[in-house]
Amino acid sequence: MKQISVLLNGLMKENPVFVLLLGMCPTLGVSSSAINGIGMGLATTFVLVMSNILVSLVSGFIPDKVRIPSYVVIIATFVTIVQLGMQAYVPALYASLGLFIPLIVVNCIVLGRAEAFASKNNVISSTLDGLGMGLGFTFALTLLGSVREILGTGKVFGLTLFPENYGSLIFVLAPGAFIALGYLIAIINKIKKA
Amino acid sequence: MAKESNFKNMVIALFAVTFVASASLGVVNEFTKGAIEKANIEAQNKAVAAVLPPFDKLGASFKVLPEGETDTLIFFPALDKDSITIATAVKSYTKKGFSGLFTVMVGFSADGKITGYNILEHHETPGLGSKMALWFSNEEKPGQNVIGKNPAADNLMVKKDGGSVDAITAATISSRAFLESVQRAYKAWKSHTDQQNSVPKQNGTNQEGTNS
Repeated sequence: MKQISVLLNGLMKENPVFVLLLGMCPTLGVSSSAINGIGMGLATTFVLVMSNILVSLVSGFIPDKVRIPSYVVIIATFVTIVQLGMQAYVPALYASLGLFIPLIVVNCIVLGRAEAFASKNNVISSTLDGLGMGLGFTFALTLLGSVREILGTGKVFGLTLFPENYGSLIFVLAPGAFIALGYLIAIINKIKKA
Repeated sequence: MAKESNFKNMVIALFAVTFVASASLGVVNEFTKGAIEKANIEAQNKAVAAVLPPFDKLGASFKVLPEGETDTLIFFPALDKDSITIATAVKSYTKKGFSGLFTVMVGFSADGKITGYNILEHHETPGLGSKMALWFSNEEKPGQNVIGKNPAADNLMVKKDGGSVDAITAATISSRAFLESVQRAYKAWKSHTDQQNSVPKQNGTNQEGTNS
């Protein structure tokens, strides 16, 4: 039962974007379309799960004073693996996410979970925590991406809902990201309290 | 639970972590190297084919340094079945975009007409400058379409600068930059083609001489 609550924790109660407000930079940067949000979310999920597993395994062997550099090296390794894999097998997605993939290294969600959860818990809980947080991040990015894409261009996942000319361009640009994110956080808070 | 933070332990731990990390990255790199190269070549060939009329095969690409410039352009000749160049794709660029550099692939037929273009990489504003991917090939709007035009005969500049092309609404800078990259490609293509035409026979004999 406890394991399931760890998994669900990241999805809603402690959603990294809507509740913890971690990783805002990639959130605002790549959520210009729903498909970008999914791609970025899944890449981050992979890194989160793998680094959580490894950090919980090795935390007993790493002296306290050098734990942060060690975690960063572990995270950076998995990010590079994701980057090479994407470049090789999904070049189109890689081209559209571009700069934001290497930036997963400094995404505070990943280091935050390694430090706050994985280094103090066992492998199974850490895996589930990474999965939950990652999926929560993916959910948030996809939701935000869909809202921005629909309002901005009238399309979502290549499906046209209304002609592009009626879309409001501001939602594709950075200011729209802040506005949409603000309203989504308000809505999620309302749902959580109810 | 964690080991004591003395000098020896820290050195050993950091060394072990970085050693394992670099070893695993080496393995992954070895594993994906071929696929990445293939994906890059495929993407390039696709971009080349998209701007050219149908052809039989692609010739070897080569670099050309336009006169008075510091950066080379890459030429991709398209050949028919007798290995005669029927069209050329030129990978050009401009530094005058609204957000700096962007790269463009432009195709020219043998008589210098634009057969197509493709924006390879750009950072222009989404919804404004980014529209250039489709704007300049819209067949329903001859004022903004550059396909089939010859940069030597048609004045390929935005109307604001006295040219004949309708700029993208609210993105004149991007439009101007795009046309500059086309002009750059055309100039390089033109001087290269003229050079080839003026000394083709001499080249041929030279090659035969060295071969025999």
